[in-house]
Amino acid sequence: MPPEPTENVRPPSAGGNAAPWRRLHGAGPILGLVILCTLGTLLNHDFATFDNAMNVLTRTAFIGIIAVGMCFVIISGGIDLSVGSMAALIAGCVILLMNKLGNVGFSPVAAVGLGMLCALLIGGSCGFLHGLCITKGQIEPFIVTLGTLGIYRAYLTYFADGGALTLDNTLSDTYSPVYYASLLHIPFPVWVFIAVAAVGGVILNRTAYGRYVQAIGSNEQVARYAAVNVDRVKVLTYVLLGVCVGIATLLYVPRLGSASPTTGLLWELEAIASVIVGGTVLRGGAGSITGTVVGAILLSVIGNLLNLTNLTSVYLNAAVQGFVIIIVAFLQRRRR
Amino acid sequence: MVALASNDASQPEAPALEMRGIEKSFPGVKALRGVDLNVRSGEVHALMGENGAGKSTLMKVLAGAYRADKGEVRVNGRPLTLGDPAASRRSGVTLIYQEISLAPNLSVAENIFLGEEISRGGIVDRAAMRKRAGEVLETLGTSFGPEVQASRLSIAEQQQVEIARALHRKSRVLIMDEPTAALSDRETERLFSLIRKLREEGLAIVYISHRMAEVYALADRVSVLRDGGYVGTLERSELSAERLIQMMVGRPLGEFYRHERHKAGSEVLEVKNVSDTRGKVRNVSLTLHAGEIVGLAGLVGAGRTELARLIFGADRIASGSVLIEGNELRARSPLGAIRTGIGYVPEDRKQLGLFLEMSASENITMNVLDRESVGASMLRPKRLRQLTLQAIKDFAIRVASPAAKALGLSGGNQQKLLVARWVEIHPKVLLLDEPTRGVDIGAKSEIYRLVGELAAKGVAVLFISSELPEVIGISDRVLVMREGNLMGELRGGEGQDAITQENIMAFATGAASSPA
Repeated sequence: MPPEPTENVRPPSAGGNAAPWRRLHGAGPILGLVILCTLGTLLNHDFATFDNAMNVLTRTAFIGIIAVGMCFVIISGGIDLSVGSMAALIAGCVILLMNKLGNVGFSPVAAVGLGMLCALLIGGSCGFLHGLCITKGQIEPFIVTLGTLGIYRAYLTYFADGGALTLDNTLSDTYSPVYYASLLHIPFPVWVFIAVAAVGGVILNRTAYGRYVQAIGSNEQVARYAAVNVDRVKVLTYVLLGVCVGIATLLYVPRLGSASPTTGLLWELEAIASVIVGGTVLRGGAGSITGTVVGAILLSVIGNLLNLTNLTSVYLNAAVQGFVIIIVAFLQRRRR
Repeated sequence: MVALASNDASQPEAPALEMRGIEKSFPGVKALRGVDLNVRSGEVHALMGENGAGKSTLMKVLAGAYRADKGEVRVNGRPLTLGDPAASRRSGVTLIYQEISLAPNLSVAENIFLGEEISRGGIVDRAAMRKRAGEVLETLGTSFGPEVQASRLSIAEQQQVEIARALHRKSRVLIMDEPTAALSDRETERLFSLIRKLREEGLAIVYISHRMAEVYALADRVSVLRDGGYVGTLERSELSAERLIQMMVGRPLGEFYRHERHKAGSEVLEVKNVSDTRGKVRNVSLTLHAGEIVGLAGLVGAGRTELARLIFGADRIASGSVLIEGNELRARSPLGAIRTGIGYVPEDRKQLGLFLEMSASENITMNVLDRESVGASMLRPKRLRQLTLQAIKDFAIRVASPAAKALGLSGGNQQKLLVARWVEIHPKVLLLDEPTRGVDIGAKSEIYRLVGELAAKGVAVLFISSELPEVIGISDRVLVMREGNLMGELRGGEGQDAITQENIMAFATGAASSPA
């Protein structure tokens, strides 16, 4: 039988049998979000207001930005458990640095600017450290970041002497617009969230690097035998995530103007949950930034609903998120 | 469960297994298009066809692993609920997969009873299970007892456990998918006598194999599938190799190796006194020239794969050097090798070669993403699509669309996909490790054609193969390894220099060695 490949080749738009199912699957998180929002509107008429929407999105921004970075790490087949602790450590260091700079005579604007830059640097360095331990040190990502999860938070607690580190008042006033200001009625953190997600989407889907991340997650050994610089790509995913944690933290610090041992607590749970709920498989290989963003919003809508209504106690927020991850993982299992 | 249906045993003529009009589609591929199969009790029924012809899919439908879109199956005259593994098992159908699926940490007896343990008051009765398992093993004449841990058994022995499990479940239809793929000659012989014994006891055995000799040795009848369709069934008296190949391929094979001898160009690759760290490659030197196909023959374990991996930079070199166009390769890593123009198609394409979960397009273009990107490594989807379509056309890859996953392709098409990826980097040297293993006859001849074309374009090809006819047919010259050493070279002259099975085997077995 002479093969007739050109005749068999159909443009993807013509779709195979897989397309509807795949489309349906991609729509899963969005469908969930729509259902939740409908539920919210029915339960409480404060829910479907612009202010509440912006409130939810602003709160989503921190986790969402981290989740975008986490998405890369998970697609490459890795994991980072330390992001919450890292955020706490970055917050503490940034506050210490800003206060110090303010005291030695820098203008508040310069002190805040340098502090923000420092947040990105610390985040990137922490990620780089993770990447080196994982690639050159050949230690499981789970173990490396479990270790740093403890290390980072312990140092923050040590710096804060068990209490809280607080930003000086003048600096706090200069810094607060980063969290509280808005542009076109949309709060600044939401804009940053949108920007990070857009850049993340482009990197993942439109660059060679993004393709390599997926290739490594699909099969690391095969990637090694193809022209993929596996170690460099992997280190970069952790650096990228670290920078995302830095961005999230520098948006978060002006909100309270302080850092304490509870800063960023359970953020790793929420970030990983966002990625998984968004349809990325924990085993790696493929995933979506859009899904991750929707996943993050979905989780904070759940939190918001728990706050606005009295369905369950707000203390059970983390429990609800935990249930959601397990349920979604269960649904993903069915796809195999 | 079957009490109601047991009355219709009044049809003594019903075949043990009857499949009719089975259809099954996967996304983008019609895997089965109306296949019929009739198997009588007490016969060995061979099922043949190229890879991708639908044999495994058909058997998975039978075992309930897949649900057929259309068609019906009757086992001993009773209709079988499709798509339900438990129903298939209850009906007495057992499939022994290519990959053995025993629980390695459990004993033989526990494996035989897995899922249907004998228990007394909720506690597993090990003694009873051991006794019953021992009885079954005895009828098979195994050399091991029921209490041995499964992981200690050879593959042949594990197969016997699977058969024992089938007998224990009173299976009447036994399906064996390429059971001899991993067996030695002696083990194969033992398996055959076991199969003949089971046939005498009235079991219906479906035997899937590529190997003509096995089909001749065992089969009472042979059914052939092609492209998901049923081609026909031959009685034993009608069997002929020519006829079977024609049924499988759909055309006379004609010229199989169409390769024309090339004039070798300039020297491209030089390997100088290379040894590895584990003693698998010892002081090997060789050169490859542009445009020639050099066969690398030897027995399994002779160090051929290890040598290719050293050249590719996948393993560490203990001593010696590799030169590309006179320049020594310094960065000893696959990435360094790829950058200097060395490509490697590994033997194990599923574990080491392909991104199974990724699309055909992503697989083909993976090695040239950097080259084909603009600016800050931005991909150009149109360009990549164009490259993919061109490769699919050039290599005659049968794939539903560039977006189809590599996982769903047949072995031959997967292999072509992999070769296509390497061709995209315009390699100077291409190392092919058993490129036709697990590939059907039609795809084999296409791979030979491709390799010939690459050589004609000036690529130096090192062709590792354990199939002597293939090495002899395609190579311009042949190198032979034995126990890590390069034993000699056949340049295709007269007498001792001729590329013949005898000369290759003389080097491979150590009966001859050249002073090289």
